[in-house]
Amino acid sequence: MNTTIPYKLLNGIGILIVVSIFAFPFVWMISTSFKSLGETMIFPPAWLPESLHWENFTAAWNSGPFLTYFKNSIFVSISILILQFLTIIPAAYAFARYQFKGNKFFFALTMITLMIPAQLIFLPVYLQFSAWGLLDTLWALILPFASSAFGIFLLRQSFKQVPEELLEAARLDGASEWKIILKIMIPIAKPVLITFGLFSFITHWNDYFWPLVMTTSDVTRTLPLGIAKLREVEGGVAWHILMAGNMILVIPILIVFFFAQRQIIRAFVYTGIK
Amino acid sequence: MAEIILKNISKKFKEEEVVKNLNVTIRDGSFTVLVGPSGCGKSTTLRMIAGLEQQSSGDIWIGDECVNDLPPGKRNIAMVFQNYALYPTMTVRGNIEFGLKNKKVPKKEREILIREISEIVGLTDYLDKKPNKLSGGQRQRVALARAMVKKPKVFILDEPLSNLDAKLRSQMRSELIQLHKKLGTTFVYVTHDQVEAMSMGDEIAILNKGTIQQMGSPMNVYHEPNNIFTAEFIGTPAMNIFEYNKVKDHLSNLSRKVKFVGFRPEHALLALTEKEKDAGYLKLASEIITMETLGAETIYTVKNEAGVMHIKSFIPPFENAKELLVSIPYEKLYFFDQEGKRYRSVSTRQMDTALAGGA
Ligand SMILES: Nc1ncnc2c1ncn2[C@@H]1O[C@H](COP(=O)(O)OP(=O)(O)OP(=O)(O)O)[C@@H](O)[C@H]1O
Ligand SMILES: [Mg+2]
Repeated sequence: MNTTIPYKLLNGIGILIVVSIFAFPFVWMISTSFKSLGETMIFPPAWLPESLHWENFTAAWNSGPFLTYFKNSIFVSISILILQFLTIIPAAYAFARYQFKGNKFFFALTMITLMIPAQLIFLPVYLQFSAWGLLDTLWALILPFASSAFGIFLLRQSFKQVPEELLEAARLDGASEWKIILKIMIPIAKPVLITFGLFSFITHWNDYFWPLVMTTSDVTRTLPLGIAKLREVEGGVAWHILMAGNMILVIPILIVFFFAQRQIIRAFVYTGIK
Repeated sequence: MAEIILKNISKKFKEEEVVKNLNVTIRDGSFTVLVGPSGCGKSTTLRMIAGLEQQSSGDIWIGDECVNDLPPGKRNIAMVFQNYALYPTMTVRGNIEFGLKNKKVPKKEREILIREISEIVGLTDYLDKKPNKLSGGQRQRVALARAMVKKPKVFILDEPLSNLDAKLRSQMRSELIQLHKKLGTTFVYVTHDQVEAMSMGDEIAILNKGTIQQMGSPMNVYHEPNNIFTAEFIGTPAMNIFEYNKVKDHLSNLSRKVKFVGFRPEHALLALTEKEKDAGYLKLASEIITMETLGAETIYTVKNEAGVMHIKSFIPPFENAKELLVSIPYEKLYFFDQEGKRYRSVSTRQMDTALAGGA
C-alpha cells in the first residue's frame, strides 16, 4: 500500500468527504431538534441553536398518544424478531443440513419471495386479514413478518459452513438435534443472528408503509405514523418539533446499535471456523 | 470394554460398493488398526461402527448387543476425528463436559471426572481456553479427553495424528499406546500409514478396495503375507516382487501355479563377487542404479534380469561399486499365484532340487 504523506492526506480528505455526506443529514436533524421555531426559518441557516430547546421533545411527545405509539412499536418489532428467530433457525438448519425431497425446490421458493415487494402483496394480505377480522390490530403488523426469507438465506449460509464432523462429534456425544442447534449451531452463527436481528428490528421499527395500510386507529399505530402526523399541523411544518420526533424514533436504534456493534463487525469479518 | 463383530457388512453409496461383505472380529481390549490406501473404505467402516453411516447390509455387534438400529449417541463409543472436531464456541472444559451433560451426569461428578481426565492428558492449565487458542497437539489432547471422559466401551480414531508434525506425531503415538494400556478399552484405529499401523497395533487389518486382505499381528502380516497386496503394502521399502518367468533359469521345477516371486529388501545378501559355490540362494548379478546411505543402513536400487529392486543392507556401503551380486536365501522367498494369492506349498527341499535341476 502507498504510504507517502500526500497519499495519506488525500485519503484522509476523501474519508472526511464521504463521512460528511453520510453524517450531514443526521447532524442536521440533531441540531434542528434543539432549535427554536425562529432558528429553523432564518437564512442563512443557523448551524447550531443558541440554546438547547429541550421542550421540543416534550412538545412532540405530547402532540399525540406517543406512549401508545412507542409501546406498539416496541411490541411489534420485538414480537416479529422473536417469531422470526423461532422460524428461521429450524428452517435454515433443515435447508443447510438435511437431505430431504424438495430441499432445493423449497429453498428456491423461499428465495423467490425475496424478490416480491410488499407493495405487490399487501392487497391480498389485506383482504385475507380483513376476512379474518384482524385489520387494525397489532397482529396485522406482526404475522406477515413472522418469518424472513432473507434471514433463512443468511443463516443457511453460515450453518452450511459448520463442518459435518462437528455435528457427528455432537451426535456421538449423545446430543439431540435440538441440542445441536442450541449449543453448537446458534453459538457459531451468533454474529450473523445478531446482525440479522438488528436489520430486522430497524426495518420494522421504521416501517411506515405497512402500518399505514393495516391500521386506522391511534391505539394500533406505531411511532413512524405518529411522527409523520407531526407534519400535519396547520400553519406550515414545525421543523424543530418534527426533528425532535425523529430523534425519539432513532434513539432506541442508536442504543441497540451501540451494544451490538462488536458483534456486527464480527459478522462481517467472519471467516469461518478454525 | 467390548468386542466388535462385523457380520457380512456391505456399504453402497448409490451404485458404488465401497465396503464389500466384511467379516471381522475385533478382539475385546485390542488395539486394532485398519490400514489401507486412500479411498479403500477405512473411514466408511469406522463410521458404520460408530453409527454415523448406516450399513447397506449386515450386522454390527458391540459386546453382546446388535447395534444396527442404535443411534451414535447410544452405542457407547467415543470417536476422535482427524480434524479434532472440537466445538469452537466452547472452552476446553465445555468440550469435555458436553457429552457428560447430555448423559445427565450430575455437576459434582462431572467436575471430578474433568479434573481426572485433564490431569491424565495434561490440560489442567487450559481448561478455560477456547480451542482456537491451543496448539495442534493440545487440541488433539482435548479431543482425546473428550472421548475418554465418557468411559466408552470402544474408542475409534480416524487418522488422529495426520495433522501433527513428525515429532509430535511420534510422541502422541507412544502416548496413545500407553493410554490404551492404561484404559484396557478396545481401540479401533484408522491410518493409511503402514509404519503407524505396525508400531501401534497389536492387530492389523489390511483393507483394499473394500475388502479385508489380511488380519493378524504386525509380525504375522509382515512375515506371512497372504497375498501380493499385503506383501507390498507392509514394509518399507516394499517387498520386491517379480515374475517367476524372469528367474526361471535360476529356479526351475517350481509348481506351474507359481507366477510371482518376492523377497523383503533386508533379506538379500550383497557381495562384490561370488565367493563360494553356496547352495540355497537365488543369485542375481545386478547393476547399481542408486545408493542411499542412511547411516545404520544403506538402501540400494539395483537392476537385474528380474527387474528393478530395492535392497536394504546393514553392512558398510560399497562405495565405488557399479555391480553387485544379490543373493536371496531360498527360505526367504515368497511365492504367489496368478491372482496374487500366496502359494505356500513350495518347500525348501523342493527348491534344493530346483537348484540341482537348474545348476
Ligand atoms: N458420503 C459419501 N457418498 C459417496 N461416496 C462416498 C461417501 N463417503 C465415502 N465415499 C466413497 O467411498 C470410498 C471410501 O471412502 P473412505 O472415506 O472410507 O476412504 P478411506 O479409506 O477413509 O480413505 P482416506 O485414507 O483417504 O481417508 C471412496 O471412494 C469415497 O469416494
Ligand atoms: Mg478416511
